[in-house]
Amino acid sequence: MMHLPNHWPYIAASYALTLGCSLVLGVGAALRLRKSKARLAVVEGHARRRERSAS
Amino acid sequence: MIASDYFKGEPIAELPISEVRVPVRPTPNLLHRYANPGQFLRLAHALLPWLSSGAILFLTVGVIWGLFIAPADWQQGDTVRIMYVHVPMAWLASSCYLGLAVCGVLSLVWRHPLADLAAIEIGPVGACAAALCLITGSLWGEPMWGTWWVWDARLTSMLVLFFLYLGHIALIRAFDEPARGQRAAAILALAGVIDLPIIKFSVQWWNTLHQPDSITLTGAPTMSMMMLWPLLITTIGFTLGVAAVIFTRLSAAIHESRARQLLARSRLDRRDSQAA
Repeated sequence: MMHLPNHWPYIAASYALTLGCSLVLGVGAALRLRKSKARLAVVEGHARRRERSAS
Repeated sequence: MIASDYFKGEPIAELPISEVRVPVRPTPNLLHRYANPGQFLRLAHALLPWLSSGAILFLTVGVIWGLFIAPADWQQGDTVRIMYVHVPMAWLASSCYLGLAVCGVLSLVWRHPLADLAAIEIGPVGACAAALCLITGSLWGEPMWGTWWVWDARLTSMLVLFFLYLGHIALIRAFDEPARGQRAAAILALAGVIDLPIIKFSVQWWNTLHQPDSITLTGAPTMSMMMLWPLLITTIGFTLGVAAVIFTRLSAAIHESRARQLLARSRLDRRDSQAA
């Protein structure tokens, strides 16, 4: 049988890069959504309080 | 050009055309149903758990199958396992660009309010997929071809796609007036679509070092089913993952935009009350 060279470092680097980038994108998006929701809640709260005090 | 030129006969204020916001008519078709950000947020909220759990499940199965169970290639040995991440990235890079072009049409023709926001969010994700496709391709090419890079038609057209993504990302943020940047980026996205068939057919049109397609719509696949299954599973997994990321980013962008609008309105109110 033909002996094939072992290229596992290339395979490991490909998987690590792809899965790592996917993880960073996914976690980054989730954190951004959480932060934006919290910020919107704060801004909406301020706006509601201002409307109530104005009326 | 001013708004009154554009809407002939309508007595509206002479605003620069980029300042005019055309209201979306409440038509019952699918295109306009999701023009309402609230409706889109509800859809995204319902879909996100399914998309993300599906992505995790498919990727876990696909990666384990591809790395440890699928057979090695008789010529390439274990290096063929790079295919299970390289091919999904190539597919996603092309699909995301098609998504950008669709957003461009929706923005330029129908002025769909979410299309520009979607284009802003799809661009970096697609660029990431194109970069990963090029890098994993290099990591596959070095042991198989003996070089990290060749100016082969398939590789070069994929590099052009990556540069188109970079151009889109830069252009959409290049103008002080966001509407102008979005319009220019939409035109670039539409013009760049020509690269997609070039990528697809490059291995047939030119004599390339890159291997021809193993999966086609018309013919039977030229690879073993034991390799095809993990490839399909990882492709579905990455596609679900990217869909989840884009939905999440778009939802976040809608929240950020709403917060900016509220802040701007409160600043105006404060200025009015101070002036009074």
